[in-house]
Amino acid sequence: MALLEVSDLRTSFTTVDGVMPAVDGVSFSLDTGKTLGIVGESGCGKSVTSLSIMRLVPNPPGKITHGTIMFDGHDLLKKSEVEMRKVRGNEIAMIFQEPMTSLNPVFTIGQQIGEAITLHQKLSSREALAKSIEMLKLVGIPSPEKRVKEYPHQMSGGMRQRVMIAMALSCHPKLLIADEPTTALDVTIQAQILELMNDLQDRLGTAIMLITHDLGVVAETADDVAVMYAGKIVEQCEADELFKSPCHPYTIGLMNSIPKIGSGARRLQVIDGVVPNPYQMPKGCRFHPRCDWAQDACRESQPELVDIGGGHLVRCWRAGEVLA
Amino acid sequence: MSQALVEVKGLVKHFPLQRRLFSTAPVAVVRAVDGVSFDIRRGETLGLVGESGCGKSTTGRMLLRLIEPTSGTMKFDGVDVAGLGPEQLRECRRNMQIVFQDPYASLNPRMTVERTVSEPLEVHGIASGEEKRRRVRELLELVGLSSYHAKRYPHEFSGGQRQRIGIARALAVNPKFVVCDEPVSALDVSIQAQVLNLLQDLQEQLGLTYLFISHNLSVIEHVSDRVAVMYLGKIVELAAKDDLYAAPKHPYTRALMSAVPVTDREQRKKRIMLEGDVPSPINPPSGCRFHTRCSMATDVCREQEPELLDVGGGHWVACHLCQ
Repeated sequence: MALLEVSDLRTSFTTVDGVMPAVDGVSFSLDTGKTLGIVGESGCGKSVTSLSIMRLVPNPPGKITHGTIMFDGHDLLKKSEVEMRKVRGNEIAMIFQEPMTSLNPVFTIGQQIGEAITLHQKLSSREALAKSIEMLKLVGIPSPEKRVKEYPHQMSGGMRQRVMIAMALSCHPKLLIADEPTTALDVTIQAQILELMNDLQDRLGTAIMLITHDLGVVAETADDVAVMYAGKIVEQCEADELFKSPCHPYTIGLMNSIPKIGSGARRLQVIDGVVPNPYQMPKGCRFHPRCDWAQDACRESQPELVDIGGGHLVRCWRAGEVLA
Repeated sequence: MSQALVEVKGLVKHFPLQRRLFSTAPVAVVRAVDGVSFDIRRGETLGLVGESGCGKSTTGRMLLRLIEPTSGTMKFDGVDVAGLGPEQLRECRRNMQIVFQDPYASLNPRMTVERTVSEPLEVHGIASGEEKRRRVRELLELVGLSSYHAKRYPHEFSGGQRQRIGIARALAVNPKFVVCDEPVSALDVSIQAQVLNLLQDLQEQLGLTYLFISHNLSVIEHVSDRVAVMYLGKIVELAAKDDLYAAPKHPYTRALMSAVPVTDREQRKKRIMLEGDVPSPINPPSGCRFHTRCSMATDVCREQEPELLDVGGGHWVACHLCQ
């Protein structure tokens, strides 16, 4: 059985403008020791999916209206707030995009890592400090004995992201949700952090759900990939398969629109138009107004996510033809 | 007429850090840009690439004198920009404009698109009345917006559309030279491609010269004719794009290139991992500034600062080991 099994998850936000279905029927599963990449552009629902798993969607205005999130055999959506608190930071940990704003500026690094450890593992403060130092060493921070007493402003962005990872892994979570963990970092530092995450996964066997807008980052780290568009998964399969033969016109468009070193192309292929207004989703396939392949069926009814062979799931009426 | 539109020599910007309350004497200086020289030829795009804090944006802003340089000379079309008085500077800025990174912060939320785009026309006394309105509509269509957008406010637009407004504003005065300071970094990839194509089309149509600043090596490769790589306030390598990407010479450039994630999973290559972080520009390392992170550094690197020298075919490198 998979460690995490999300099925038909729906999360919506109610505002004065109406109901916005941010996540609209998302299903996927993730095994221990594997990395699932969730890719999409701003507003596609990838972050809300992760917040739903952590049950951190602000309510109101947000609400998980449907679905199940089976984690380690239990449905997280059926747990009480008190039970969820035992899961968060302990069995499921999360790291965020902004290492600048997700650390508390008035506490030392050691106090912040120690907080989760004393809370979940019932260690004394001295043991927690020793454990904090051990975690800092694990994520490759030089002279951890000294660094543990420092404040966040004394560290660079890459260092802070290492601290976030140390904090997230301090209770040996089974699942790590990384929401754009390298977006705020420079490429050379990004390479260091991605290698660190891959290396720690090999050693600790943590399952990672990696949320990003960067196809390059996914290609470097993920075993499986789900591509999201306007609240739905439009394509999902193994990473090798996705990068070798993408089938959904949106995935293909996305790959063609990134400049590639050495391609020599003078112009980039673009996806015309913009993402649809979430309050007025287009009828039929949500991508059809921007799709070169769209035909009558696409404008009329919503395609299902179908397996076109070997576990390659595509939500497109013309998947077979696009591939050919 | 010389081949170079912009000529920069020994450009320096030191930002003083004032810590003591009643003293004006600086405690230390941040060496943001520390002796940078390059030319930009007419009609070309020079890409300026580097990581945060390397001084690339400061360099771009100094060319327009939005930041006053500490020392150095900058010539634009043969005129020394650094020595111009306020009136002459305004005249000169008709020919050089800038597009900023953040499309949310660089437009005034209280001004309609029409006012934003027409402001430079008024400042430079280029057009007024009906003529001005006609020019604004023309500019909006040039950047792929519609004339009915003129009466709207920035909050009614998406990020990509706002960036188009910023480009229309820069082009209003018919400049020869545009500094593009990370113009696509805040945009989603599908929108980024639209804006990059627009910038290229405009360059061909209007014969523009660009200084394109970005931290993204793939974007730089796509748009540039020549590329300069900066590290800690210095240019470490400058070459024609094809030369630089085919055979990067400076160890920093090589590490930078190998750090770019690639989507082709079969082509994943061995990374050159850089240890540690970029040193502080307040107290940069002696000798070559990269020696603290360079795996090939020798004694001479620690002691002597390498000069930016042509190693053949217009490929300039500042590294003892490559010269």
